[in-house]
Amino acid sequence: MKNHVWRPLFVVIAMVIGILLFRAVYVPSDFGAQERGYTFGYHRLSNEQEWKEYPAKYKATEYCNECHDDKVEEVASAHHAMIPCENCHGAAFGHPDNPEKLAIDRSRELCIRCHAKLTMPTSDRNDIPGIDPAQHNQGDECSECHNPHNPSLEDM
Amino acid sequence: MMKRRDFLKNTAVIVAGASVSLSAVEWLDPKEILAANPQLRWGFLVNTHKCVGCGFCVKACKIENDIPLEANVTRTWVERYVIKKDGDVVMDSPKGALNGFTTKLVDQNHSGMTLVPEKEIAQAFFVPKLCNHCETPACVQVCPVGATYQAADGVVLVDRTWCIGCGYCIMGCPYGVRFFHPVEHVADKCTFCYHRISNGGNSACAQACPFGARQIGNLRDPDDPVAQALMNERVGVLRDEYGTKPQVFYIGLNKEVR
Repeated sequence: MKNHVWRPLFVVIAMVIGILLFRAVYVPSDFGAQERGYTFGYHRLSNEQEWKEYPAKYKATEYCNECHDDKVEEVASAHHAMIPCENCHGAAFGHPDNPEKLAIDRSRELCIRCHAKLTMPTSDRNDIPGIDPAQHNQGDECSECHNPHNPSLEDM
Repeated sequence: MMKRRDFLKNTAVIVAGASVSLSAVEWLDPKEILAANPQLRWGFLVNTHKCVGCGFCVKACKIENDIPLEANVTRTWVERYVIKKDGDVVMDSPKGALNGFTTKLVDQNHSGMTLVPEKEIAQAFFVPKLCNHCETPACVQVCPVGATYQAADGVVLVDRTWCIGCGYCIMGCPYGVRFFHPVEHVADKCTFCYHRISNGGNSACAQACPFGARQIGNLRDPDDPVAQALMNERVGVLRDEYGTKPQVFYIGLNKEVR
């Protein structure tokens, strides 16, 4: 065959080999169709493990109970027993090492998430004792009168 | 000469024996058993009656998964539906309910904050939303590079090192649960807190919910509370007509919920 045919053909062959080499180096060996098949499971398998190792920030009430068992017990018998500690005290992260102290959210905005009175006839929200934040002791923190760990009005 | 009794007896034995051995051969194919009944399939149950719209789930999700609190994106959110006696539906989800619902005023965007008079309200309730981790996820099918995928246990994840940020999956999801991560610059979505559930924990949203409105569980385990609820209660899914087979189930779903 003539030289002018071979020369561009060599270029094309070199490009194909180059792309295949790049692909072999760049695409990880565990990339491919996994358990869910080509349509839904085409991925790098080790990414599943990477997601499993993502650091958790919330540690749950059982973790708090390891040291603060007195507080956990105190709340357990009150109306607020169902609220996890970290909802108000903040996520534990590496507490007690880092951070050493958690920043407690004592704001009105936190309490009225549940206790702002709304009209919700087909929701359990209707059964929660509620106030109108614009009328009820505006400017004061709720915890000045109500004990968040034991919010019973009789014990106030 | 064979007696009729013996003939019937022998026939019964042979038929029973043949059918047993045939079924035994079928049963012993491990691939088929695994395909028909994998040991783990994560699913989610939402009880809309129990949700009070406090938004602790949204806050916990954002902190747990490093989604910037003030960014206008979230992996999970809560919607408020107010259905009037004349059939009108008003709904809102201020900041995805990051700070809960603290006012009777419903955010109607251009029309401003609307107060629905108490006597006009027929129904009002909250609906938490999150990724449905569909059995046939549309978002995974449209990914051109194999960055988003479904794991064997049904959870749909995004490989952040592989995503090119084209946004096809964000457009492809019928539920609008995907978004562009403002810090990582890749497509992002709910992972069912894969790092927590795979290590024996609860998802951050379900753990933060004081009312048990959110539950995550193994749908293949007949003793699991979520699997039990699916068998014993009337549950619905969102946008069934898209054929994606969503795996987040709702108790108390209304037709008004989109």
